[in-house]
Amino acid sequence: MKHVDLVIVGGGSAGMAAAVSAYDAGVKDILLLERSPYLGGILNQCIHNGFGLHEFKEELTGPEFLTRFVHQVEERHIPYETKASVLSIKKSKIVTYVSPKGSFEVQAKAIIVATGCYERSAGAISMPGERPAGVITAGQAQLYLNQYGYLVGKRVFILGSGDIGLIMARRMTLEGAKVLGVAELMPYSNGLNRNIQQCLKDFDIPLYLSHTVTNVIGKGKLEAIEISEVDEKKNPIPGTEKRFEVDTLMLSIGLIPNCALLDKAGAKIGPARGAEVDDSLMTTIPGIFTCGNVLHVHDLVDYVVEEGKVAGKNAASYILGTLEEGPKVATKAGDGIGYVVPGSVALGAEGDVSLKFRCRAPRKNVYLFVKQGEKVIKKLYKLAMIPSEMEIIKIPRKALENNQEPLEVSLVAKEDADHVR
Amino acid sequence: MSVELTCIVCPRGCHLVVHDDLTVEGNFCPRGAAYGKQEILDPRRTVTSTVPSDSKEFKVCPVKTKDAVPKAKMEDVMKAINAVHVHVPVHVGDVLIHDVAGTGVDVVATRDLLL
Repeated sequence: MKHVDLVIVGGGSAGMAAAVSAYDAGVKDILLLERSPYLGGILNQCIHNGFGLHEFKEELTGPEFLTRFVHQVEERHIPYETKASVLSIKKSKIVTYVSPKGSFEVQAKAIIVATGCYERSAGAISMPGERPAGVITAGQAQLYLNQYGYLVGKRVFILGSGDIGLIMARRMTLEGAKVLGVAELMPYSNGLNRNIQQCLKDFDIPLYLSHTVTNVIGKGKLEAIEISEVDEKKNPIPGTEKRFEVDTLMLSIGLIPNCALLDKAGAKIGPARGAEVDDSLMTTIPGIFTCGNVLHVHDLVDYVVEEGKVAGKNAASYILGTLEEGPKVATKAGDGIGYVVPGSVALGAEGDVSLKFRCRAPRKNVYLFVKQGEKVIKKLYKLAMIPSEMEIIKIPRKALENNQEPLEVSLVAKEDADHVR
Repeated sequence: MSVELTCIVCPRGCHLVVHDDLTVEGNFCPRGAAYGKQEILDPRRTVTSTVPSDSKEFKVCPVKTKDAVPKAKMEDVMKAINAVHVHVPVHVGDVLIHDVAGTGVDVVATRDLLL
């Protein structure tokens, strides 16, 4: 069996950033495994611009962004294999993978899992109606168009206002398709405001809020869909049906961390649907780390890269025997908060503590509290918060107390908070 | 009369109000103020697309307009982009179309195609 200090599973932005950062922290014996034919992961199909404002201080397209990271990997001569699909990871840190060169087992000292996320599909939302060809996830349509050059349809309707769907609405319109509309189940959009503007409003594509698809019609090939307005309980309202003749129904209804490898290895899965980690990004299995969209789905690749660097640096510390292993404080998602990553924070580690989280529903005029027991560590006023925007808050580590109380993030309406004071 | 806009400069997406005298409110950063003014006077967008390539690795090469082009010219820009094929080798930043659709802006490759 081959022995390698650090195996990184996934050669996307998180995996490449982790590899570079582990290398720079002194661990040179690395194997980076990527399942597709090239490094870069999902950025390969994200040909639109808007990446890199944090990392490179300029606006880049996905391929430009990934090219810079590929260069960083290659400059360091970090060994990587493409077309290499990892089949399993064991608690004992044995990685099994297959590639055109054969099937291999590698014993690692540490592993970083950076396998990204996958798209929710029609089955996940019990899509009504028939099952014709022409119902496709937005990311899949993006792959076909931007990497293989195939436009999947000419008359398109989009369910879900996630960013990939919005970006594909613009992309397909520019390529000559007619996008008839976007339906969103919630009364608010799940995409970034700027994408509503530059992808829908710029092209006069209507956004139907509080609407969902209530029928899919077509024998063999999609012919039409029907959407209906929904009530507060998200039940379709009879009599509100609208019919659209389309050849494509594109789904942009959410992303889910692709953490099956970690789950099977026995790592505990947290509320963000990725593995539970401490703030070194180590899972509940010592020496196995995780970062990027497999840990929790991010809005911006810049934050994915930042997280990859943290995982790389800490995996290197683990291998070199310098990772802090002192007492930890658990985190907790309080009122109004969907999840908090990481699940725990080491009291003795270095640097500020970064807490990442999303609110459960859109909120206005709120105070964001970070508390440990009764002690308020941070109180921040927020004019508006929406679930589609991940929040990052930094707190000084020395503010934490070594007791059993969890570190809780919660939202309090401004009036209530003022009243309490 | 003031106009309300959503800033598209960064993912923050500030809600801007642009007044008659072209002063901007609601912007978090100076780039938002510049965007608000520009959007009223001469709205521009960066166009990204792909062009077919003869690369063995990649069927298409991603491209972008090097700067933003007038919004009204986007369709003409797409027409020009769709008329282009590229031959390897291509490098990030290589100019594929000079002065696309009379905008004064070049279309450049956004990935390396070496094989």
